[in-house]
Amino acid sequence: MPMRIKLRDGNLYPAEDPFTALADDQDLVPGDVILSLSRFQAEGDRLLSEGRAVGVRLKSDEEVEALAYDLPRIAVVALEFPKFRDGRPYSSARILRERFGYAGEVRAVGDVLREQAHFMLRCGFDAFEPADGTGAQQWEAATRRFRHVYQRAADGRTPAFAEREA
Amino acid sequence: MYRYDNIDKAFVADRTAEFREQVERRLAGEITDDQFKPIRLLNGLYLQLHAYMLRIAIPYGTLNAAKLRKLAWIAKTYDQGYGHFTTRTNLQLHWIKLRDAPQILEHLAEVEMHSMQTSGNTIRNVTADPYAGATADELDDPRVWAEAIRQWSTLHPEFSFLPRKFKIAVTAAAKDRAATKIYDIGLAMRRGRNGELGFEVMVGGGLGRTPYLGSTIREFLPTRHLLSYLEAILRVYNRYGRRDNIWKARIKVLVASLGAEEFGRQVEAEWAKADHERTDLPDTELARIRAEFTPQFETLSPRSEALERAKAGDAAFARFLRHNVHPHKAPGYALVDVSLKTPGLTPGDITSEQMNVVADLAERFSLDELRVNYNQNLILPHVKLDDVPAVHAALAAAGLATPNMDLISDIIACPGLDYCALANARAIPIAQHIAERFADPVRAEQVGELKIKISGCINACGHHHVGHIGILGVDKKGEEFYQLTLGGSGEEDASLGQMLGPALPADKVTDAIEQMVEVYLRERKDGERFLDTFRRTGVTPFKEAVYADAH
Repeated sequence: MPMRIKLRDGNLYPAEDPFTALADDQDLVPGDVILSLSRFQAEGDRLLSEGRAVGVRLKSDEEVEALAYDLPRIAVVALEFPKFRDGRPYSSARILRERFGYAGEVRAVGDVLREQAHFMLRCGFDAFEPADGTGAQQWEAATRRFRHVYQRAADGRTPAFAEREA
Repeated sequence: MYRYDNIDKAFVADRTAEFREQVERRLAGEITDDQFKPIRLLNGLYLQLHAYMLRIAIPYGTLNAAKLRKLAWIAKTYDQGYGHFTTRTNLQLHWIKLRDAPQILEHLAEVEMHSMQTSGNTIRNVTADPYAGATADELDDPRVWAEAIRQWSTLHPEFSFLPRKFKIAVTAAAKDRAATKIYDIGLAMRRGRNGELGFEVMVGGGLGRTPYLGSTIREFLPTRHLLSYLEAILRVYNRYGRRDNIWKARIKVLVASLGAEEFGRQVEAEWAKADHERTDLPDTELARIRAEFTPQFETLSPRSEALERAKAGDAAFARFLRHNVHPHKAPGYALVDVSLKTPGLTPGDITSEQMNVVADLAERFSLDELRVNYNQNLILPHVKLDDVPAVHAALAAAGLATPNMDLISDIIACPGLDYCALANARAIPIAQHIAERFADPVRAEQVGELKIKISGCINACGHHHVGHIGILGVDKKGEEFYQLTLGGSGEEDASLGQMLGPALPADKVTDAIEQMVEVYLRERKDGERFLDTFRRTGVTPFKEAVYADAH
């Protein structure tokens, strides 16, 4: 089974990935699947009614708002980084967590590099498919780099201004 | 000025350690140059024509003696003994070795400095009115808000991979000394009807290939909501700014394509959905920051006999007073400009020895404070009038007292093709020739306020669009040519310059400037500035003078 890095209780572990990511032209396989937004809109109801866990993969120019009403039944939202420079998925992740209160998996896919680990974790991503061959240990180190942060985001960390008040 | 607490110190230390590891990975060949590029660009390290350039952040242009001495020492130890102040009030070192960079960042951290977010598609180092805390025409010290922005924007988790770079400037005075209208976000403090303080929020200003002045999307934002509102603007930009074309990726293009009204509507809608309390600073934190910006002034007489005596017998000192010394909010004090515009030298350059002189003066005479302004000069913001003669003498001895602030030889110039890989033409020699032509201080004073701004390429680091006279270097079949614009301003009367005519070869530029100055002196009425005359007469008389030979 393919692997991904998964956040659990504040730590990052290698974890088996029960989902199959299906391209739009790929035949359906048994089990849990991750689909594009358009394929989810076409086939999601049926697959969910079969008792499968279903995830949706959003391109960086697709708005998370399109999923707002479906979120309670979506197991994974995979946000795609076409290039590491494309920062739109960070906004998408925060909106999922902070505005919609989404509690399922938010997975980083595409051009996912360990240099982004800190930012991704802060914005609410909790699963990662690194494209640079790095593993959970290196990601763990990267995310523990900063003892303090200056902003409130989706990870629950206390920002500097609140630490100073305590 | 703001001093780091243990949290700020730990943050910069963590960042420095991270960069050291990243450089080690690069030097060990674990990552390629391509992979390393975005990493170094998050730490202000550029690869230029001849060497690495390190751009060191000077938040809102504020320095003290210890910081400037450290910069002097770093420039001497790791570079060629000088640095270059930029139009973004940062300091650039142009001859850096990659393997030294982590060590340099550690030395910077010792004096609470760093080079984070001076490059890359992030929220860049924030700038503010260089007269902050010293001028009578401000509603508040804008550095309180600039420091709040500095912290909020530092390694912002959502906004570190924006479509393009992003610059914010803050002023709290009616006179705009921070060029807020040419910033991605310009914040100008206003007083509301009930006495409350707020910001006029301008968005989408910027120079470069397609210049725009900022549009006001909110007339009055209560100061306490500053950060949540900025977050809403940045979110709209991060989501909807163009990423398919680097030349159309700045927020100005998004604002222009949607229209300021629609962009503002989207920001307001985003802001309405946000939980402001999570982002806006609590009053206690604002009070903590504010307490860092409260210098203690002595009660002094508004008139200094020592200064008056010195002025009476010394025409050079009197001229320095007219151009480089400005009124202070506290009686008996003045702001003193340190000119980095000696005719014939490179605008904005300063040697390590000069940095040490200025640091000593700041410590002795200016409550240990210094400012950098976007005109690439330094300011001693809190000098007692009694001490101005001594400060002038020390500056003059170090070659830093040229009495030319806002005059024709106070030229802004980017590093240009002498250093920069993006440039099409040199900027520095053009500035040098013009300044030398007008080196006579009597003549320069007769000409009066005239702001020349030179960029070596269309990226407009030298602000040429907003120069009274703007000069843009272009490449014409391998030869350096210069496109002149007239009538720009980056201040409260902001406007974009108008093209004069066909580009000129390098050896004609200074003559053209002189011809236009002659036109101005001929046409000027009632002590008008060059800019006012141009606005009254239009481009025609200037154009006729410069291109007379061509007819």
